[in-house]
Amino acid sequence: MPARVSLFVTCLVDQLFPQVGLAMTEVLERLGYAVDFPEAQTCCGQPAFNSGFRGEARAVGRHFLSVFGSADYIVCPSGSCTSMVRHHYGEIFHKDAEALAAATQVGPRVFEFSEFLLEVAGREDVGACWNGTVTYHDPCHALRELNIREQPRRLLRQVRGLELREMDIAEECCGFGGTFSVKFGDVSSAMLATKIAAIRRTGAQAVVSSDASCLMQLRGGLTRAGLGVRALHLAEVLAAA
Amino acid sequence: MAAAFHQRIQEALLDERLQTALYAATGRLMDKRKSGVTAQQCPDYQELRAHAHLIKRHTMENLDYYLELLARKVEEHGGKVAWCRDAGEVQTFVGTLAKERGIRVAVKSKSMLSEEVALNEALERYGVEPVETDLGEFIIQLAGERPFHILAPAMHKTRQQVADLFQEKLGGKREEEIEKQTRIARTVLRRRFLEAGLGISGANFLIAESGAVVVVENEGNARLATSCPPVHVAVAGIEKVIPRAADLALFLPLLGRSATGQPLTSYTSFLSGPRRAGDLDGPEEFYLVLVDNGRSRILADREKRQTLYCIRCGACLNICPVFRKIGGHSYPGTYSGPIGAILTPQALGISHEPELPFASSLCGACAEVCPVKIDIPKILLELRSEVRKTETRERRWNFEKLGFGVWAWLMRRPRLFELVGTAMLELLPAAGPLLKPWTEWRDFPHPPPKTFRQLWRARKAGA
Repeated sequence: MPARVSLFVTCLVDQLFPQVGLAMTEVLERLGYAVDFPEAQTCCGQPAFNSGFRGEARAVGRHFLSVFGSADYIVCPSGSCTSMVRHHYGEIFHKDAEALAAATQVGPRVFEFSEFLLEVAGREDVGACWNGTVTYHDPCHALRELNIREQPRRLLRQVRGLELREMDIAEECCGFGGTFSVKFGDVSSAMLATKIAAIRRTGAQAVVSSDASCLMQLRGGLTRAGLGVRALHLAEVLAAA
Repeated sequence: MAAAFHQRIQEALLDERLQTALYAATGRLMDKRKSGVTAQQCPDYQELRAHAHLIKRHTMENLDYYLELLARKVEEHGGKVAWCRDAGEVQTFVGTLAKERGIRVAVKSKSMLSEEVALNEALERYGVEPVETDLGEFIIQLAGERPFHILAPAMHKTRQQVADLFQEKLGGKREEEIEKQTRIARTVLRRRFLEAGLGISGANFLIAESGAVVVVENEGNARLATSCPPVHVAVAGIEKVIPRAADLALFLPLLGRSATGQPLTSYTSFLSGPRRAGDLDGPEEFYLVLVDNGRSRILADREKRQTLYCIRCGACLNICPVFRKIGGHSYPGTYSGPIGAILTPQALGISHEPELPFASSLCGACAEVCPVKIDIPKILLELRSEVRKTETRERRWNFEKLGFGVWAWLMRRPRLFELVGTAMLELLPAAGPLLKPWTEWRDFPHPPPKTFRQLWRARKAGA
């Protein structure tokens, strides 16, 4: 019996980027996993946590734990949401023994997509084919909270027809930052402009990242500037065959 | 308050010359740091950081002991210690001291603490002319500004601007070459060192076991300021104390490398009290002014007290993508950048500028470069939560609070979430004005015809 993988697609992918969820499913099934989607899932609670509303974050976090409590593996197209469950649940539930115990159980079973492919599935080549040049943008939380740096790059290098061309500031924030992007829209977009200039300097046809929220920011800036550079989730590239 | 904060940010963003200078200058410092902490240059860098963090933690947890030891040692060397609770007490102490001795000119080496307690303005009230002798501080004093960056106070000024400033304030020929500008400052300052009755310095470290004040610098001005005038006053925050001189083996390279990539700054001075019999130079009187000014309040919080571990290297400013856009003058308070964003609300109270902890994308770059491993993003999150608690306590309601309340309620009801979510996607094209905070700057994604869960169901039904 193949191992079972539960998708946590995140609220953003569910509502705005469903193709990323489908692409993840595609890749995981190609590798022989039985993929399921617990339909009661909503959000991990991070938007509230990052905005200082810890009570609200706890309420949503408990819901997450009840939905995914029995999952073997939880795979998520976002390092930020993965880190919320794996690292920050410990902080918000330190006074709630029951939720803390559940979070301790669930935390190590949540994986960011690229992390899962390399560290659990042990696959660097997922049989993908994508013709063109791409550059990779490191999502901050995947990079600094989960130490995901090489995994997405190793996966991309195995994609037939794809050339990975690094930008000089791959690790610099795109300026999204959740509600920061609207509270300080001017600063956020100034950061975005710097990032887009770096993407353009590579001459790549697409910028690939592994977090839908960075992609929403990057894509929004690229199309506003009238540039033909695409913004793709890693799963979308790996699903192409 | 919030409006003024946003106003300053907007001005900085629109200043094209500033934007270019700021991004380039922080980038240079960032690169220098990066080359200073490579595995080849500093093989045990991560171990040094971890160890430095532990020493700071130990010191903060035993601060009362180390401060008393320090004070005793300073007095054994013939120095005097003044304990100041707040800015006013520092101003009164230093002002009175100068006035009693008829001092008219005080030369100063770089000290962020003296900015924090507005010492220059106070000295002027006492009839003492404060003269900044660090080149960057000298420039901003002439310009009548406050430091833009804790390490490089005049970072925002181009050499052309400095040329204009020098010509306007000092007369003489307009010089755009940095070396010539330095020579001008040097000529002006040499005279001031010799006429000053008082030298004021800060402190990078205070060594408890020996009572030494450690000052690091690259220009030599701190050495002159602390040894030429007959009186030396060192002003320092109480968090500057470290237990032993041996601990400097960690802190000096960490500070130099993180700040400018230097394994060691050009000058490291150990100042221990007044001149002794047989000494060739040094002041006749020495005072160490130990300043609290909100620090014990920070110390009282177990989690956030790590804010006090900071050794003021400036690395978090240089790497911060927000600082690199908004610059130092946008921040409320003396300290800018990520460290300022956690220090100011704790020292001055969260209500001083409640927007400040939110002015971050939480990218975490600051924590990655901090030489003493201060978890700045975590403290920002704690402060955000405190802002909300204050709002609740003061029964202040806003749309955000209301919105998150409704959101959390909805997120526990998946079916309703789906209904509302689908309805919102359909209403999206008509929601133009509501989306403006986003769409003013970039495009909003086209709503997909179906959500993922709808697609999933269709897929399952088809299979």
